[in-house]
Amino acid sequence: MDFASWFSLRLSLQVASMATAFVLLFGVGLAYLFAMKDFRGKEVVDMLFTLPLVLPPTVTGYYLIVLFGRKGLIGRPLFEATGWSFMFTWQAAVLASFVVALPLMIKTVRAAIESVDKNLIRASYTLGHSRFTTAIQVIFPLAGKGIVAGTVLSFARAMGEFGATLMLAGNIPGKTDTMPLAIYSIAGSGEWSKANAMVILLTVISGLLLYIANRFGRRLI
Amino acid sequence: MSLSVKIRKKMDSFVLDVSWQMNNELAVLFGHSGAGKSLTLQMIAGLVEPDEGKIRLGDVVFFESKAGTRLKPQDRHLGYVFQDLALFPHMTVYQNILYGGYGISKTEKESMAVEMMRRFRIAELRDRLPGRISGGQKQRVALARALMRKPRVLLLDEPFSALDASIRLGMGRLLKEVQHEFNIPVVLVTHDLHEARALADRMFVYSAGKIIQSGRPDDIIHLPESQELMDLVESSAYRTQEPAAIWADPLRWELNRTP
Repeated sequence: MDFASWFSLRLSLQVASMATAFVLLFGVGLAYLFAMKDFRGKEVVDMLFTLPLVLPPTVTGYYLIVLFGRKGLIGRPLFEATGWSFMFTWQAAVLASFVVALPLMIKTVRAAIESVDKNLIRASYTLGHSRFTTAIQVIFPLAGKGIVAGTVLSFARAMGEFGATLMLAGNIPGKTDTMPLAIYSIAGSGEWSKANAMVILLTVISGLLLYIANRFGRRLI
Repeated sequence: MSLSVKIRKKMDSFVLDVSWQMNNELAVLFGHSGAGKSLTLQMIAGLVEPDEGKIRLGDVVFFESKAGTRLKPQDRHLGYVFQDLALFPHMTVYQNILYGGYGISKTEKESMAVEMMRRFRIAELRDRLPGRISGGQKQRVALARALMRKPRVLLLDEPFSALDASIRLGMGRLLKEVQHEFNIPVVLVTHDLHEARALADRMFVYSAGKIIQSGRPDDIIHLPESQELMDLVESSAYRTQEPAAIWADPLRWELNRTP
């Protein structure tokens, strides 16, 4: 593997790590909300967060452009205020990976929280503990395997993100070409030996992640 | 301190509509399962909200539909022992009991937990997880945890139902001791007449969401006021798996009293 390939690997790991950190932060919170609270329109909100799981990533990417592009709903005020835009930056790759991986975390952790014995939660309340303390001390530890599984799955999904990243971050060599994008370029130009090395590396990493998720998290398949 | 409960709640085809009062004594809510006994406890604890009524402990109003008062379970300062005991499976016995000491300083909490474990003879189980101890031991852990905060009322939802007769006797005795020592209202839900009779200072008989009779257990058993209660008393006498004598025999009761 040449320098450019190593760059892609490093970029992929960096993007996936950052995306996973955000997914963990928001995903666990949202999963708690969906599992524990009843509010109007809950299933609609849940559906919106789940959509990226089933939509073609290019469609998700398109929505992200509409939202975060230089002329987007959020992108325009952001650009006018700071002169900076998500478009064609590595941060855009993080954003794309985040949106695509988030539903995996929400689904896995929501299921794990819902399987926590309700009486344990009620017991914690009757013992005087707040909802927050109960979440930290009782619910999350008991849903721990689901959280581990969700984290590993999200990371693996972020590592493999292609479509939405291509739409939002482009495929700029040395800047936004994560491994899946680099493989696309290399295969397109017929450099098979380089492509082979990267494909095998990505397969090994993903396989390892699945193994970890199964070994230490809740059984997935 | 007196506990007064006047609640009404409609659920599908079932209406719970009861009103009762008690003092610092052990009251038993007795009746078939599905009569609304556990639901009453959950409402006292604030886990389920009645449609209307009032629940008051001393001068503290837990719930009042007219005034819109709804105290959170956290603020009711009560001990609740669940039917399945609800011990936290990821915490050791000691950690479970410590967790019951909400609002108490760390050092005080720790010495209290140690004292509780000694008192309930579970000190040697300190570092075990709830999954690795017996039913009777779990029982005592749950009770110790519920008492850590010195609750103003203790609620027990059929905690003894899963135990065999000899252990139940010991638990009943322990519960009586606790009631005397803490001098608070203790509400025990059971569908076991012998247990009710052996433990209750006062008994409320539930049937299909209503109270059909209340009073001292002996009076209720000897003078059932309705055919329904008569059937209940009779069926209890026949249906119970264990010998009635174990609860009813005062001599055995006394013999088992001193540890």
